Amino acid sequence: MAGIELLSDQGYRLDGRKATELRKVQARMGVFGQADGSAYLEQGNTKVLAVVYGPHEVRGARSKILYDRAVINCQYSMATFSTAERKRRPHGDRKSSEMSLHLKQTFEAAVLTQLYPRSQIDIYVKILQADGGNYSACVNAATLAVIDAGIPMRDYVCACTAGFVDDTPLADLCHAEESGGGTSLAVALLPRGGQIALLQMDARLHQDHLDTLMEAAMTACKGVSKVLDEVVRQHLQEMSILTGE
Amino acid sequence: MATVQVSEAEKLYVLHGVRDDLRVDGRGCEDYRHVEVETDVVSNTDGSAKVSLGHTNVLVGVKAEIGKPKPMVPDEGYLEFFVDCSANATPEFEGRGGEGLGIELSNTLVKVFSNKHCLDLKSLCISPGENCWVLYVDVLLLQCDGNLFDAISMAIKAALFNTKIPKVHICEDEDGGKEIELSDDPYDCVRVNVENIPCIVTLCKIGHRHVVDATLQEKACSVASLLISVTHTGMVTCVRKVGGGSLDPESIFEMTETGKRVGKALHAPLMELLQKEESLGSKRQKVGFLG
Repeated sequence: MAGIELLSDQGYRLDGRKATELRKVQARMGVFGQADGSAYLEQGNTKVLAVVYGPHEVRGARSKILYDRAVINCQYSMATFSTAERKRRPHGDRKSSEMSLHLKQTFEAAVLTQLYPRSQIDIYVKILQADGGNYSACVNAATLAVIDAGIPMRDYVCACTAGFVDDTPLADLCHAEESGGGTSLAVALLPRGGQIALLQMDARLHQDHLDTLMEAAMTACKGVSKVLDEVVRQHLQEMSILTGE
Repeated sequence: MATVQVSEAEKLYVLHGVRDDLRVDGRGCEDYRHVEVETDVVSNTDGSAKVSLGHTNVLVGVKAEIGKPKPMVPDEGYLEFFVDCSANATPEFEGRGGEGLGIELSNTLVKVFSNKHCLDLKSLCISPGENCWVLYVDVLLLQCDGNLFDAISMAIKAALFNTKIPKVHICEDEDGGKEIELSDDPYDCVRVNVENIPCIVTLCKIGHRHVVDATLQEKACSVASLLISVTHTGMVTCVRKVGGGSLDPESIFEMTETGKRVGKALHAPLMELLQKEESLGSKRQKVGFLG
């Protein structure tokens, strides 16, 4: 591949990670008091804030109402200062509309929407700092926020990206690796059942490599799910101490 | 703006409380809520700050870019303000719902901050008439619980204090063309002098008295409010009446006096905190949203 060397001969990546190593994931639930559920997540240098409102009555057009399940409404936006070059608008461009749609699709697969007919669940995510893997960081943060809101889900939804360089799959791409133009596969996984909620690949890849790449992405997702589970348990423990139970 | 519904009985309760100088959350009429300030929270920016004032939460990022100076003032740089009322704060802001409030807020910020009495705009000039620094001040509302202006102004002051503009060298080639060279060393930078940057104090008229730092609930009980921007010397740089109701001239005078007093007292602790944070340097434990 032209340009910078993404994987050294010794098997290390630009930021010193091994091929299958994830970036450091840190998260906190319940950052804001006013929302029904909120969470903040850092995946390496990518920082995301997710907020959930609902389930509540459907706002706006009544034609949106679904009589057998809840409507999931997502908005993805990026802070104008989140990227290296300043953005003009935080949302409403083509890329963020697409991202909102992907998030909606992901959470429709995970949230038990049939429990809340004729209602709406709002999931708003905001990228505060972008450094690759925006979609996956958003999904991971939104999962925590949905859990914080107490909305039942089939399982955690964990997302991660994977790339492919020199016959080696790379887990959890950072911005430098993503912008090289190589293959990038984003997977959102319900880890317990191994169900895939969203799958998207940019750029082409030989069919023979697809299995290994998928395998790498799914392993990475399972790694993320362990961290998320840890965060949720920690949060619950803190909460139960605070409420004295 | 994000609003709350307040019943007549609640209104009366708030009103009587304010009359007796004891507000719903136990504060006096001139007390602020608990304020938290942290700088350098977003590393993609040249300067950033996060301020929480009770439940109100704002994040400000400053990015310095090279642009063309305005033709009327060729030897000055300028500031651009943008307020993003994100849906995170309230679902009402979804889509284009927050645009109106965003424009109102940013226009007021321009009036308050973008003049040469607050900031040495000449120091932002690189070469007169050709290049200058443009500071993009982007405000992100994360949670609204009243008193946005005060929180935003504090966050802007903190973010500008934290802003590091890289040093530039102008090289001239043989043909007389100028080329701007940015310094590679991240420590080789210019700081913005924030001494004269004002803080905004919003005073809400409730009954016959006025309060500072009103929550959404208190704001719903007030007829109108007055916004005053005050520098550390107590100089008033901007006064604006906001809200639907009307105020009589006498109470405006009283409110200005209170605003001056409160605003002047706001600067010293803020600067002290910023300097303390700065002196810790890289040893500082960054909390951000994880704390």
